[in-house]
Amino acid sequence: MKKMNIQSYIYGITLFFITLSGFAQMPIFKRYYIADIPGLGWLANFYITHLMHYIFAGIFISLVVYSIIYFIIFKKGFGQIAKDMIIRIIIFSGLILTGSLLVIKNFSGTPFPNGMIIMLNLLHLLFCMALMIFGFYQLIKRKKELLSG
Amino acid sequence: MTNKISRRAFLKGSITVAGSVAASATGVSAATALTKEKKEPLATLIDISKCIGCEECVYACQESNADKYPNPEKPYPEMFPKRVPVEDWSQKRDVTDRLTPYNWLYIQHATAKVDGEEIELTIPRRCMHCDNPPCVKLCPWGSAKQEDNGLSRIDSDLCLGGSKCKTVCPWDIPQRQTGTGLYLKLLPALAGNGVMYKCDRCYNLLEKGEVPACIESCPEDVQTIGPRSEILAKAHALAKEMNGYIYGEHENGGTNTIYVSPVPFDELNNNIEKRDGQAHFEKVENKMASGNNIAKAMLIAPLAGIAAAAGKFYKAAKEDE
Repeated sequence: MKKMNIQSYIYGITLFFITLSGFAQMPIFKRYYIADIPGLGWLANFYITHLMHYIFAGIFISLVVYSIIYFIIFKKGFGQIAKDMIIRIIIFSGLILTGSLLVIKNFSGTPFPNGMIIMLNLLHLLFCMALMIFGFYQLIKRKKELLSG
Repeated sequence: MTNKISRRAFLKGSITVAGSVAASATGVSAATALTKEKKEPLATLIDISKCIGCEECVYACQESNADKYPNPEKPYPEMFPKRVPVEDWSQKRDVTDRLTPYNWLYIQHATAKVDGEEIELTIPRRCMHCDNPPCVKLCPWGSAKQEDNGLSRIDSDLCLGGSKCKTVCPWDIPQRQTGTGLYLKLLPALAGNGVMYKCDRCYNLLEKGEVPACIESCPEDVQTIGPRSEILAKAHALAKEMNGYIYGEHENGGTNTIYVSPVPFDELNNNIEKRDGQAHFEKVENKMASGNNIAKAMLIAPLAGIAAAAGKFYKAAKEDE
């Protein structure tokens, strides 16, 4: 089984907080008592979670750029990894592209038509769901590999 | 594992780093161009000293926007969990002393002292139509929209009534009506809770070249509408003339509703009723500024990734020697 390195841990932590703060943009954590759990009240503060989402998005983009360059330079072998990597590249690209446009939208002014903003919101959520499903699939796959030795 | 670097890999790495820097720089200039392109919005000037509190604007607003008001059908679907509040104003349509889904403008009362004399002031209150409105920018679905002329409005066909716009609004302006809107067709028990309503500055009248109903109906010409720079110039001239004060120019980073008062706004704020559905006159910091400052700083994120990769590459190349 592949050994987890520090980069994987940073990826994991970043993806966890970016997803959590992303879902917190919807008014659900207060409704469903999650923000009532001691220590999690901040999940109901949209401005805090908005900032958090931006900060982790910055870290995420740095990690993705680092990984792309690292992969190109050191070319760690295709084969089995390649399929998973292509899916990951599509999802990450989608998330970064839609997220970046949504960040631009949040500056003063009306740079995009409203229909496009609605599409960007939905696509950003869809890419996030795809990432979660894909992550779950990879987790099961790794467990199976571990069990089969 | 030791990473071996060949001459070919070295060249490839250098080209990749250079390309990434160029792509990052292009992204920066595209973002700058998009954020700088901006048309001048329309703003309204509200001269508080002229308002006599006749409520003509309130009734004109109700009449002009009557066809936009909700007509919810009872019984409302039960929502989960039980704490989700049912907000029903459909039987209280005649309430005019606060904002409701059926009343987007109300008259606020304040007593204050001017030159030692106690006077009563009446103030029309409604959406401020912020320059960078959090209700629009933070709506998770894009149900709230801002138009090029500076007005912000909520699309009642798309809004799910989560009330996030009210939570992030510095003045708690939008008001919810349960039992109407898109959420009824999705998962009414589990998500959404109606539709949010607020002043849309009579966008449909503006589209026809007419002025909003509250401005048209005012017998005292309390409100004036025009390009923001002209309205600000008028507001400053008026404030100078009456030795008065301005509110809305800088609040929340600037709004398209500029109040001019003969009394300081913190004094007015201390003398107005502030219940739910009633707006304050407090100083308001730019709510979107922190996020947007971080967004600007985020432009270095790709560069940080490039720097980290270059560091790794340099280290590997040195080890290889």
